[in-house]
Amino acid sequence: MSDFWAMGGYAWYVWGSYGVTAVVLVLEVMALRRRAREAKT
Amino acid sequence: MKWFWYASPQTFYPLAGRIARWSALGAAVLAVCGLYIGFFVAPTDAQQGEAYRIIFIHVPAAWMSMFIYVVMAVWSALCLALNTRLSGMMAAALAPTGALFTFIALWTGSLWGKPTWGTYWVWDARLTSELILLFLYLGFIALRASIDDPRRADRAAAVLAIVGVVNVPIIYYSVQWWNTLHQGASVSLTRAPSMAATMLAGMLVMALAFWLYAIAVSMVRVRCIIRERGE
Repeated sequence: MSDFWAMGGYAWYVWGSYGVTAVVLVLEVMALRRRAREAKT
Repeated sequence: MKWFWYASPQTFYPLAGRIARWSALGAAVLAVCGLYIGFFVAPTDAQQGEAYRIIFIHVPAAWMSMFIYVVMAVWSALCLALNTRLSGMMAAALAPTGALFTFIALWTGSLWGKPTWGTYWVWDARLTSELILLFLYLGFIALRASIDDPRRADRAAAVLAIVGVVNVPIIYYSVQWWNTLHQGASVSLTRAPSMAATMLAGMLVMALAFWLYAIAVSMVRVRCIIRERGE
């Protein structure tokens, strides 16, 4: 399992890419949920 | 399909809600499948080792960044030509998601460039034109935000979107037209892809997931815009 997370020494590059992508998408969904709630009131 | 029936914001509103729900569900399922293929099925690359696994988000995000811009420009053209209210709203709903995918393409590309090229950034034609795409999206958003009357904002931003579309073929063909550090297309319609079948499968599944994600969020956003404008 730790082999998997190490990504053959490329952990920073691979997880840096996937991590930031996930964070950015989650932030967009959260911002949109908030906007939808505000638009309904 | 009664296209003009759905061109009215009020009638489109419930349809957008249904499209958003199903697309979101599809995006989630496909993302899980795509990540599974990408990390557990696709083999380690002979030259790049595990670093190549960035491809499963980098290429789909880059495709989406260009594709969303073209769709946004088409809605903008409709907005100017037919002056329908929904077209401007659709263009506005797509811009933030397009900007987001452009950022993801640049960010992941940068993190991929370091281990493979030895640098996070170079001013080569592909990277520079993609950065300009990000500025076009941001300019579109900023221009809309700076005009109070929404219909005028729609038309002004539409002109910017249409003029900026010239950048999309420049991005796409930049690797052929100029001698770039960025590699050429790995997948094209005219020849067999230059990668293993499972790698290609993972990439295409992730591209579909991003596609459905973009549809879902832009549909939710267009619903917000319809409500905010009191339609």
